[in-house]
Amino acid sequence: MDLSVIEKFNKDNVVVEKLENLVNWARSGSPWFFQFGLACCAIEMMAAAAPRHDLERFGAMPRASPRQSDVMIVAGTVTLKMASRVKRLYEQMTDPKYVISMGSCANSGGPYWQHGYHVLKGVDLIVPVDVYVPGCPPRPEALIYGIMELQRKIRNEKPYTKSA
Amino acid sequence: MDFNNIKKLLSTNHGEAISVLEDTEIILVPAEKWSEIAKDLKENKDLTFDYLSCITGYDNGAGKSIGVAYNFYSMAKKHSLEIRIEVDRENPEVPSVEKIWRTADWMEREVYDMYGVSFKDHWDLRRILLPSDWDGFPLRKDYKEPDYYNGMPVPKDKSYWE
Amino acid sequence: MGMNTEYLKELGIIKGDEMILNMGPQHPSTHGVLRLKIHTDGEIISYIEPHLGYLHRCFEKHCENLSYEQCIPYTDRCDYLAAMHMNHGFVMGVEKLMGIELPERVEYIRIIIAELQRIASHLMAVGTFGLDVGGITPFTWCFRDRERVLDLFEYLCGARLLYNYMWVGGVSHDLPKDFIKRTTEFLDYFETQIPEYNQILTGNKIFIERTADVGVIPADVALNYGLTGPNLRASGHSYDLRKEEPYSIYDRFDFDVVVGEGTHGTLGDCWDRYYVRILEMYESIKIIRQAMADIPNGDVHEAIPKKVKPLKGDIYTRYESARGELGFYIKSNGKNIPSRVKMRSPAFASLSALNEMAEGWMMSDVITILGSLDIVLGEIDR
Repeated sequence: MDLSVIEKFNKDNVVVEKLENLVNWARSGSPWFFQFGLACCAIEMMAAAAPRHDLERFGAMPRASPRQSDVMIVAGTVTLKMASRVKRLYEQMTDPKYVISMGSCANSGGPYWQHGYHVLKGVDLIVPVDVYVPGCPPRPEALIYGIMELQRKIRNEKPYTKSA
Repeated sequence: MDFNNIKKLLSTNHGEAISVLEDTEIILVPAEKWSEIAKDLKENKDLTFDYLSCITGYDNGAGKSIGVAYNFYSMAKKHSLEIRIEVDRENPEVPSVEKIWRTADWMEREVYDMYGVSFKDHWDLRRILLPSDWDGFPLRKDYKEPDYYNGMPVPKDKSYWE
Repeated sequence: MGMNTEYLKELGIIKGDEMILNMGPQHPSTHGVLRLKIHTDGEIISYIEPHLGYLHRCFEKHCENLSYEQCIPYTDRCDYLAAMHMNHGFVMGVEKLMGIELPERVEYIRIIIAELQRIASHLMAVGTFGLDVGGITPFTWCFRDRERVLDLFEYLCGARLLYNYMWVGGVSHDLPKDFIKRTTEFLDYFETQIPEYNQILTGNKIFIERTADVGVIPADVALNYGLTGPNLRASGHSYDLRKEEPYSIYDRFDFDVVVGEGTHGTLGDCWDRYYVRILEMYESIKIIRQAMADIPNGDVHEAIPKKVKPLKGDIYTRYESARGELGFYIKSNGKNIPSRVKMRSPAFASLSALNEMAEGWMMSDVITILGSLDIVLGEIDR
């Protein structure tokens, strides 16, 4: 989609658009994320939602319940004890759902990769990940970029096209 | 009170049980005498160690003993003390001081979790940090990481990287 | 202490069947991944059993496998809200073990940075506490000001949250140009902000109703549970390691130890724990100003040893972090890798007293009490 729906609408008050694009536009405009912090990265996630970085500009807004959220930001180290809970929380989310893996720990175990006997080496071992944000911890700007990448991904989805 | 006076006082009260680790200011105590010495540390008017700062478990190496170190501080008298107990590796058992200092409750559970030291008469001795179905005591020097825990790979497994 | 279970049972208020309510590990108000198994009788708490370990990242195991310098970044990640304090506590222990004499300038820099960190950490505590009891404005205000402290740290060493700034024998970077000026500007600005917090929280009637008289812990019980730092001082026990056993160069500065006074109710309630933190920020400002006034010149890398390899020996150091007494028990066997590092975590001890404080209170008060303790799960679970 080259022009966003709203820009087309501004031009001549009528939009002729594929349903898929309209749905994608709506979905990408409100990636409500799951307010669920695991470790250090959660503080940067909070900082991203706080006044200076203001994540709500992008339609992303923290929700306290998995049922109400579209995006799960796995912010921090996933330990083996926590892993089954993370998976359950993912399963409780309603479709369509996306996962952003924030920080080295969630990506691959990070600094705890070698000797961490109780650390899961990457959250992608238990849930499918859409966007990886590197850094230890990533700056709020990096997380915002990750969310924008996710929005780009959503806009290019084909939810009603049957895959061959 | 400085260390020498504390040592002298403890020696008069408990006799042979008290010994000092070489070149240090650390008192070594046998496990079987520990509960009465602990009570004395808290209740003796000259000692009044009202604050238990830390309980540390440590391992002297594979095949050697396992130790527990207690760091005390007295808010009233402004002096501190370290006490150590070393026990056998196969069947480590130390009396609990959880009833004397409440803070010891969780600290002892942590030592149990990491080193498998069982604290006698502890009201609720279970794992605190690791999941209850975890196998082994991870901070022992001869601990081997399991390959899998509930289907999730534990050690660095490079196979899925390539 | 008003409401305890025995009393309520006598009155016949408690009689229903026990219900078990699970709170966490995912809950916005548990400050991380803490699980509370709450046994309730209707709305009234009869017993709370905290389950920890959801963030157990094997800090102590890492220390046994990495050299002393490599351990410092891992200490950062334990208490991510006061990372400088963790660095400072750990390197102090290693320096004591090696007998390193620090240059004057390093000591002054460390004090300035540690007190700035204390302000940042307390701001976070106050902000999230406001959020816990239902106000979102204090949270945004506190974050606004906390970002300014983080800006200073970023200017200092490039990192926002986890710094690896203090090294054994020195610090990684000297103060950059204008750092003192910027810090002074910040302090001048920040001193006018604290009264704003007082307007929105401290004197707020709703806030007082929610926090005063709630979760009281008397000083002797607090001490028995090993509470330290602001939580112990709020119960009226004047114990601050900066005064009690002045480490570094804290004996040169003039500041007061803040203790709770029970202004709005009983001594040692949630309101006191909150207010002690507000007042401590003033004390930190005082210390920073004094330290900046007489900071000497010098080389900050002068005393950094080529090889960190302490002799055989053990040491237990104590440090006053933003959450209380942080201890590091370091055992060296003469190699460049420590044979054992144990961290005495202040929040671990604070959390163990949760049941003592919350028993007999309502469900909604659990959040208040937990928020007032200012726990950081990274440090509890290590």
